[in-house]
Amino acid sequence: MVLRWGRRAFLPVAAVVLAGTVWVATLGPGVLDGEVRSESRSWVPSIGVDLAFRLGALQWVLALIVLGIGAIVLAYCTWYFHDDSTGVPRFAGVLTAFVAAMLGLVLSDDLLLTYVFWELTTVFSFLLVGHDPTRRSSRQAAIQALLVTTLGGLALLVGAIMLGQAAGTHRISEILADPPAGTLVTVAVHLLLVGAISKSALLPFHFWLPAAMAAPTPVSAYLHAASMVKAGVFLVALLAPAFAGVPGWRSVLLVLGLATMLVGGVRAMVQHDLKLLLAYGTVSQLGFMVLVLGVGTRSAMLAGLALLLAHALFKACLFLTVGLIDRLTGTRDLRRLTGLGRRMPVVAVSAALAAASMAGVPPLLGYVAKESVFVALVDVAREGDGTGIPSYAGWLLLAGVVLGSILTAAYSARFVWGAFADREVAEELTVRPVPWGFAAGPVLLAALSLVLGFAGHRLTELLGLEAGLFPEGVHEAELSLWHGVGLPLGATVVALLVGALLFVVREPLLRWQLSFTHQLSLERSYRWSMRSLDRTAVEVTGVVQRGSAAAYLALILLVVVLVPGSALLEATDVVHVVAWQTPVQAGIGVVVLVAAVMATRSRRRLRAVLLAGATGYGTALLFVLHGAPDLALTQVLVETLTVVVVVLALRRLPEYFTDRPLSRRRYLRMALGLGVAASVAGFLLVSASSRTAEPVSATLPELAYEYGGGHNIVNVILVDVRAWDTLGEISVLVAAATGVASLIFLDARGTGIRRVHEIPYPAGVRKEPRVAGKRAWLPAPRTLAPENRSIIFEVITRLIFHSIVVLSIYLLLAGHNDPGGGFAAGMVTGLALVLRYLAGGRYELDEAAPVDAGKLIGGGLAVAALAAVVPLMLGGAVLQSAIVDIPIPLLGKLHVVTSVFFDVGVYLVVVGLVLDLLRALGSQIDRQIVRDLREAAREEAAP
Amino acid sequence: MTDVNLTLVLTSAGLIGCGVYLLLERSLSRVLVGLLMMGNGVSLAFLVAGGPGGAAPITVEGVDEPMSDPLPQAMVLTAIVIMLATTSFVLAMAYRSWQLTGHDDVQDDVEDAMIRRMAATDATSEAFSAASDDPDEVEESSDFAEGELVDGRGDEPGGGQDLGADVAAEHEREETRP
Repeated sequence: MVLRWGRRAFLPVAAVVLAGTVWVATLGPGVLDGEVRSESRSWVPSIGVDLAFRLGALQWVLALIVLGIGAIVLAYCTWYFHDDSTGVPRFAGVLTAFVAAMLGLVLSDDLLLTYVFWELTTVFSFLLVGHDPTRRSSRQAAIQALLVTTLGGLALLVGAIMLGQAAGTHRISEILADPPAGTLVTVAVHLLLVGAISKSALLPFHFWLPAAMAAPTPVSAYLHAASMVKAGVFLVALLAPAFAGVPGWRSVLLVLGLATMLVGGVRAMVQHDLKLLLAYGTVSQLGFMVLVLGVGTRSAMLAGLALLLAHALFKACLFLTVGLIDRLTGTRDLRRLTGLGRRMPVVAVSAALAAASMAGVPPLLGYVAKESVFVALVDVAREGDGTGIPSYAGWLLLAGVVLGSILTAAYSARFVWGAFADREVAEELTVRPVPWGFAAGPVLLAALSLVLGFAGHRLTELLGLEAGLFPEGVHEAELSLWHGVGLPLGATVVALLVGALLFVVREPLLRWQLSFTHQLSLERSYRWSMRSLDRTAVEVTGVVQRGSAAAYLALILLVVVLVPGSALLEATDVVHVVAWQTPVQAGIGVVVLVAAVMATRSRRRLRAVLLAGATGYGTALLFVLHGAPDLALTQVLVETLTVVVVVLALRRLPEYFTDRPLSRRRYLRMALGLGVAASVAGFLLVSASSRTAEPVSATLPELAYEYGGGHNIVNVILVDVRAWDTLGEISVLVAAATGVASLIFLDARGTGIRRVHEIPYPAGVRKEPRVAGKRAWLPAPRTLAPENRSIIFEVITRLIFHSIVVLSIYLLLAGHNDPGGGFAAGMVTGLALVLRYLAGGRYELDEAAPVDAGKLIGGGLAVAALAAVVPLMLGGAVLQSAIVDIPIPLLGKLHVVTSVFFDVGVYLVVVGLVLDLLRALGSQIDRQIVRDLREAAREEAAP
Repeated sequence: MTDVNLTLVLTSAGLIGCGVYLLLERSLSRVLVGLLMMGNGVSLAFLVAGGPGGAAPITVEGVDEPMSDPLPQAMVLTAIVIMLATTSFVLAMAYRSWQLTGHDDVQDDVEDAMIRRMAATDATSEAFSAASDDPDEVEESSDFAEGELVDGRGDEPGGGQDLGADVAAEHEREETRP
């Protein structure tokens, strides 16, 4: 909508929010009667989080503030933005979402739900503060606000969880009705307070709020004056009735609140930017509110809530005024503004009213609230009022608040003077006329400040509902314009008079303040901590991440040796060994070990690989002796293929490993190798000896036959019991084949398959004319140089090739009952192809298997996946197998288990893999060799 | 309590030890050989874990002698095939590395070396510099960019530049004061 209509679309959006405001307002009479509305929906029952909402008096007031000011600010945006301002649609969306999140926050009745909304407001505020991502200051401010408030939010979360655990529920109303106690609760409440303090920008987190003024002014007016920063205050108000007595609650809130109030006031006096002046003013006022609510008496609560309402009204009004001035003159610097009081009298009057409310001038709402604060504090100072605050502290507090009020009065005056007074300026100021709608928002808010000042009685009734949660105080708590002549009135008079005095002497005061050194700047310490965090990250990464794969591996292995390995030393007594089961094992073992050591010492590539192959064959023999024929079969096949493939690839690599000077490191490596070997031996001995339970596979033979329909248990495990594993495994094969192909071919798989009959005979071969067929039995005459050929090898290969393929198909089908299976069969077919390639070269290979390896692999995976999924469609489980007997005439019946289809998929994938390896590491490298030779010859011929 | 076959244990441990030694090498083909031998060692370790050997785990009617444990065998079978895939891939990598650089040594990571240099020179990361506060930053006192105006036509004379410089200078004074 905003995209299409531009900034005018803010009006309908505002209307929606306004409708919400009106609806909430109609609930007013009910709320005044003490009625509480609540709704709840189960959300995450497993951790007891409900979408619980509750509307009492406090929530009603805050919801009205959130929605009402939200509507005003949204409408105000219509005039604030240009038609061509960037990011307005996003801004409108985020601001509206923020209104919703804020409403959720004040209405939520579940601690964890509160946290969710709390963080949502943080995130939206990040987006809103960083509205203009091209400005550095706005990015920094957004990140700063996000980090600080999220830190507090985390504390809040921990506190909420702890409190929820202590109380046995996350429902806020239930916790407040029956507050738990104890050390845990004290800690939890303080964590909640950390969240509240950071959100409401109290010392020591206050610095983010002025920085966040980089946001567009409507955002500042809404988030940083009326709603988001009030979240902390709201939380304090919500928890105060139940937890004001928790140890440390009052001291923390009173001290921090007072300090914030004074620091904010002092800083506000030196600002030239009207918006920053207001920002520090807001910091000061937030401190004031938290202080008053933190006192925790009935009259203080009443006063604090009134203050909260008053502040939302006047501060939003003032921010909107600043935005208006900024928009119409192009600056907010009070040294450049002049004569605005004459040019926009309506705005000036409304801003003056709001500022007066801030200063506490009768008869505005701000005065009513502040006066009752003084009443409450005088009660506390005189008699404690049930808080246990000692008398001297009470007087000190009162004096501090009076001082803070003096500053408030002074900077309020400074604001009005700065914005609207006439003064000498360097440049002529251009002022645009004020559109009526632009000024409507601030004027309305100022009018409310005035009207509500006279509504003290009704407000007392309303807010008294919430304040009534506290025990009755010394005096009947009441909001009114006239509390009689007494100390509170004196305090107000003193605050206003001395504030006026401070304003009069502003010039010398400013100079004196500017000469004051800020030794301790929290903003700087934030910057310092961010920098040290970054430094630490860099240092740690620099130390830990050496960039050498060997170093990482060594570290990991070292940990393996040291931590679990050393634990083995404790467990030596359980070991029971036999030397061997047959002496042959020992013989093979020795051979394997010797081969391994020689492979390790070898400097030649080929030798190392062949010796490693020897260890593989030795392992296969050990498998046989152990009673694992399937393993032995597969191992032999795989080992053979490995050796062939490695040799194919290594033929181009240098014969010797890269020569490098022997370093002392190799002794370290040797030691590590020994250590790992010793640990492995230890693990095996200890773990295998301490076996006591019957193996899970004890029942497998019967199960394999009954459900898997096969006698070969290993195969049944692979294609039935643990078929998921096998599916994953062939996927790994597919990935590896793809990887190899892409590393060698670099783009597509080769240049396609060329059949022999497409190739002309070389000059040296004389072709005997023949009639039939395009195929030659031995294609090599056309494709291989005579010196590379071995006729006997070619002929034998050609003769036995088909027998090998038939054997592999037998293995595939028989695998369910006898040694074999998809892997072994695939490997056998693969080896047959290897033979063809070795005998006749790459064209012979294409002749033997004129298919693209990729298609074979993909097809295999598809078949396996189908075999997995089809049982699901037939109402079974994934990969479930069924047994079917198909009678075949003459031959008897074919006993088919459906899992054989799965095995066929495996077979195809394996054949495809081998073909891919041959094409990549064989054919393609052949081509590269030929190309290199040709190029070398050309270069030689050239000069 | 089960008796453990010492020969298998020692063979397995020996293969793994040699494999580790080679694995820590720089040359990819040696790493590959190391991997092959480690793979064999691990397969044997599985056999040991499966308990004593016996007849092949294939049921034959009427015969009831103790079988070797089929479950670890199935796992080893998977492992063998995976080893084949790994081997081929490492091999292709070694070959490609040789094609590109003339040798097949594993190189150190360039980015990591850069971070190490940064740690040595006490520099901050790029991400930090981009996000950190710059004291020389010119503060702005308007939401609207210079010249951007009420009606969006940009006819406002002057701008915030002088002021900006002014504020920055003041900021600097604050920073440098003792």
